[in-house]
Amino acid sequence: MKDKSKTIRVDYLARVEGEGALYIRYDDKAVHEVQLKIFEPPRFFEAFLQGRDYSEAPDITARICGICPVAYQMSSVHAMENALGFEAEPGIQQLRRLLYCGEWIESHVLHIAMLHAPDFLKLHSAVDMAKLHPEIVQQALALKKTGNAIVNLLGGREIHPINVRIGGFYRLPKREELQSLRKSLDEALTLAIALTRWVATLKLPTFDRQQQPYLFVALHNEQEYPMNRGRLVSSAGLDITANEFEQHFTEHHVAHSNALHCLMNNDRPYFVGPMARFNLNFQQLAPCAKQLAKEVGVIPPYSNPFGSIIVRALEVVHAVATARELIDQYQAPEHPYTTKEAKAARGYAITEAPRGILYHRYDINDQGKIQEAKIVPPTSQNQKTIEDDLRLMLPTLMHLEEEDLRHRCEQAIRNYDPCISCATHFLQLSLDKIPCTTP
Amino acid sequence: MMTKAKVAVWKFTSCDGCQLSLLDCEDELLSVANAVDIAYFMEATSRQVPGPYDLSIVEGSISTPEQLELIASVRAQSHFVVAIGACATAGGIQALRNMANIDDYISTVYAHPDYIQTLATSTAISDHIHVDFELRGCPINKHQLLEVISAFLNQRRPRISNHSVCVECKLENTICVAVSRGEACMGPITQAGCGALCPRYHRACFGCYGPKENPNPDSLAQWWQTENHTDKVKIIENLSNFNTAAPAFHDAAEKIRTGGKP
Repeated sequence: MKDKSKTIRVDYLARVEGEGALYIRYDDKAVHEVQLKIFEPPRFFEAFLQGRDYSEAPDITARICGICPVAYQMSSVHAMENALGFEAEPGIQQLRRLLYCGEWIESHVLHIAMLHAPDFLKLHSAVDMAKLHPEIVQQALALKKTGNAIVNLLGGREIHPINVRIGGFYRLPKREELQSLRKSLDEALTLAIALTRWVATLKLPTFDRQQQPYLFVALHNEQEYPMNRGRLVSSAGLDITANEFEQHFTEHHVAHSNALHCLMNNDRPYFVGPMARFNLNFQQLAPCAKQLAKEVGVIPPYSNPFGSIIVRALEVVHAVATARELIDQYQAPEHPYTTKEAKAARGYAITEAPRGILYHRYDINDQGKIQEAKIVPPTSQNQKTIEDDLRLMLPTLMHLEEEDLRHRCEQAIRNYDPCISCATHFLQLSLDKIPCTTP
Repeated sequence: MMTKAKVAVWKFTSCDGCQLSLLDCEDELLSVANAVDIAYFMEATSRQVPGPYDLSIVEGSISTPEQLELIASVRAQSHFVVAIGACATAGGIQALRNMANIDDYISTVYAHPDYIQTLATSTAISDHIHVDFELRGCPINKHQLLEVISAFLNQRRPRISNHSVCVECKLENTICVAVSRGEACMGPITQAGCGALCPRYHRACFGCYGPKENPNPDSLAQWWQTENHTDKVKIIENLSNFNTAAPAFHDAAEKIRTGGKP
């Protein structure tokens, strides 16, 4: 691999889930082109789901992502239940919310401490960080372990849980199992609050999108910070149900990415994930998380994407507090699951994966076989907004040395915790400084 | 002081779950990082030390033209290569494409099929290079992964059993879901490693760890049909998921599809 003049190349973006590349063409005057390229090889889930049994959807779609399998299981079970026309019992809904809290905790803490924080400290990894801040890394690992313990108990294992089924769970947790989990959560809450206070001390690059404000999109419901339930709302007044999603959001296939770009009303990029949820659902945050947000000075409207690390930490506090409450209030359902006979139908669901809204739609036939599946993961929805951030950010960064410039671009991408396995990974970053030519 | 062994972690076509298992070793991660030099692990670190490597851990299947070259280069610069997970050891769930027309698949998902570069098949790492050890599972068991890493670094054989899930159930006194509930459990033909997780959760095994050593899936499928009245489609679904391209599962499913002819 020979370097060409005026080109910076990194063969692979590190500390993201998946293989992606960034291509930026610019000169001293302007940024001409920004492409977040996703080379993650396609796996064609929507194709091979056709003909499979509806009951297999939670296990098969979980394999789209090893980091957020619970999200796929939650969207698929809710979509199938929507198709068959029933809702799971309240006790099941509580357990699903608890399971989701576990995934939010482990996924967010992985990103905060192991993938993103090293950027702010100019380090390569959490292992390097452990030499300088051993107590922070050890506490983060302990917190992540608590998240995994929740998923482990309710799901059977941390990655690709086996206990989730349409209508409920194969086996309900025993009271004593939940109690032993409950004991670890007081300590976890202390750790989560400490982690938030620590990330709030990191020096954040400033970035102002007031010229082109973000369009935040997230679930919302008055009763609770959204995970499995709610209407889809935006910072611009959208308010729809899951079955109206495709009327407002469309996927576009662009040549430089194996992940489809999803846009609102055909042309508007939007922003999903912790920043969107936080801005649209602040009132619903757990009181301790809300209070902490005020303490660290991060309250809506909040739009510095580099501060997403703090928002993510606040969501961890929220998830731990919620998990505690759920266990304290848990009323075991009468049955581990309920069933309903398969019928020809269409079902929709949107749930809040750690990285943002995850849309599933299925058509099933009267034998319960999937005729068509459509899945829109969070990262494909954020791709265009990531590109816009880079395009708008670069002109103010031209004074930086090339190395620092490249590092800042990578950090800006990691603000979104992109999950490229979901979106379809190989991040090859090339900053191409050449005279502008028409392609 | 001895120099630390250089370990590399590679990703091919996969969900990232198996390499994540290493980061999920919350209690052991920092000790592992102290014991070895994590020389290449893109998901965890931006530090990249060039080969050769003492041990390469490979996740994912081979499904694109570029990966054919990359896997050959991984082999060339690694003393040992260990394939981890169902994608790397059997092609993964994405090997369902091997039975289908890939162009139909591409056009189901993508509007511009001409933008997509992919092979018609998704295949195991051992189909392309010599692999020193295969660790099964979708996903792998993180304790088994630590055992394998430790074994290779100490130049001994990994202690990984290749008996069936049934043996794990018996060892743990788990009630048999096939006998007690009449379910089409894959336990008799599936390799152990998960700790018989599904039966412990009152669920039939669905074969995440792939075929055990010398399985007899034809006999099991026959038993399901005659004793259990299991629907043929259900049997094919059981055999055709995360290890669909593992020869024992693939051949058994094919026999049922074609009505018994091998």
